[in-house]
Amino acid sequence: MAETHSLQELQTPPVSSKVFIQRDYTSGTICRFQTKFPSELENRVDKQQFEDTIQTLNNLYAEAEKLGGRSYLEGCLACLTAYTVFLCLETHYEKVLKKISRFIKDQNEKIYAPRGLLLTDPIERGLRVVEITIFEDRGVGSGR
Amino acid sequence: MKSCEYQQIDPRALSVSPLSAQSHPQTKAQRPRRKWEVFPGKNRFFCNGRIILSRQSGVLPLTLGLIVITCGLFFAFDCPFLVEHLTVFIPVIGGALFVFVILSLFRTSFTDPGILPRATPDEAADIERQIDSSGSSSYRPPPRTKEILINQQVVKLKYCFTCKMFRPPRTSHCSLCDNCVERFDHHCPWVGNCVGKRNYRFFYSFIISLSFLTSFIFGCVITHLTLRCHAGKSLIQAIQESPLVICFFSVWSILGLSGFHTYLVASNLTTNEDIKGSWSSKRGAEDSGNPYTYNGIIKNCCATLCGPMPPSLIDRRGFVPPDEAAAAACTSEIELPPFTAKNDTNMCTQSTKDVLERMLHSSDFHGVCPAGPPKTSPLGLEASDSLGAARAPSMCSRRADSPCTTCARSRKDSLHSINPAFRLASPSPSLPRVNLALSDTQEKGFIPLP
Repeated sequence: MAETHSLQELQTPPVSSKVFIQRDYTSGTICRFQTKFPSELENRVDKQQFEDTIQTLNNLYAEAEKLGGRSYLEGCLACLTAYTVFLCLETHYEKVLKKISRFIKDQNEKIYAPRGLLLTDPIERGLRVVEITIFEDRGVGSGR
Repeated sequence: MKSCEYQQIDPRALSVSPLSAQSHPQTKAQRPRRKWEVFPGKNRFFCNGRIILSRQSGVLPLTLGLIVITCGLFFAFDCPFLVEHLTVFIPVIGGALFVFVILSLFRTSFTDPGILPRATPDEAADIERQIDSSGSSSYRPPPRTKEILINQQVVKLKYCFTCKMFRPPRTSHCSLCDNCVERFDHHCPWVGNCVGKRNYRFFYSFIISLSFLTSFIFGCVITHLTLRCHAGKSLIQAIQESPLVICFFSVWSILGLSGFHTYLVASNLTTNEDIKGSWSSKRGAEDSGNPYTYNGIIKNCCATLCGPMPPSLIDRRGFVPPDEAAAAACTSEIELPPFTAKNDTNMCTQSTKDVLERMLHSSDFHGVCPAGPPKTSPLGLEASDSLGAARAPSMCSRRADSPCTTCARSRKDSLHSINPAFRLASPSPSLPRVNLALSDTQEKGFIPLP
């Protein structure tokens, strides 16, 4: 496909395709992703592992968006300080997002990268999709 | 990290002509751009991306001016009298309310309302591939709605041609800001920004505190005038100096607006949904019912106003990835005029043009440049102008079907189809010229929108 080959290409296997896991809106506007196993990944990764990953992601997002005492307290405190408190403190949601990116990095290192796949953190795609990049299986080292 | 290192010894960079060698170090030496600098919506950014405002800031200066003048007159003319005759807490309360109002106003105006970033070219291609999988002709526009079930109720999701994705529920595209905004309430000209998921609570606190402030000032002014009357001093002069008139008119409108929004918060509705009557009972008993409500006033209020604060999805201050930056740097100056000139054309035209551009630019800018005659590829735009302009129309007529079909095909196929043409006619730096011409040909109703 490429007329020239660069050292870049030799290091990183070319991208074969991308699979997008869409959002699941059946419970409303909360952030949930569909757990349906895409057919493109059938011979790449175990179905159960994939579903576990997505389910854990969903649970983490549910934790971030949970309406409970903690979020109400945060909201009231913010209101009383005319919302200036958010300029200094990190919100609960942001803390959970950091947890999610650590989880995704961890999953990539342990499960997906050895199989030539790469999960992209949904926050980089506006929480619309979980993008899974499928690298061509060349047997040349692992992807990024 | 690895790719950055290896770009420096990329053999393709060595094979191109001196002009390109000039431009490559230029792009590398150019400071990395932040995402707000290449943001496609109609927004303005300040403080290096920390503050976001709509490009049409509407009457925000007027709002500020009215509030400041009203309070200024109050503090200057009513307070001295009232402090003397009543209590010193009057200016204290007034001052606190004033500060709260101004802070809420700034928070509403300068916060990202919940803008959804546009779909990446891969995502857009994937969506179009999915909906085209029924195998229809390439000229059929993608279906505009998708029905899903939310809490056992059917909700239609619309396809946004500008952002190239199916809009999540409760999301709407603001034509003034040219962005899809989550939980879109309305575009408020008074605050100069959209009101959406992330800044609705600020907006609500702004109008509530403004109601208190105007009612407070109104009350104080009436008290002042009453006391003056009793004291037998000049009434006319007192009326002239006090902010009575402004207050009188604004009190009722602000109170009305606050009441309306209190009703919306309590029923977990947005202004947009209320105006359209999306969940009104007129539509039939089985359809009605807001699927997002928690069926409790307190719970609805808490969820809307005190719920967790979602993060900004557009990552204004993040850096544009280096491979996209190289493509964007060469074409950025040219890209902007076509976009601003395209306000009147239909969104589908723009979106297909976008897809074509992005697929050409981002996906293998490296592949296209040196692939053909390397000497001509890095020519400045001025050199290839005549080439591009002359050959663009002929290429465009052939290329007329490419936007839709390239969307449907994979990236590789699209490159194959486009590469030979561009190698013949003009190399990639003149792509924007092609796109300008392309947009003209497409305006002849290429993709009919229902």
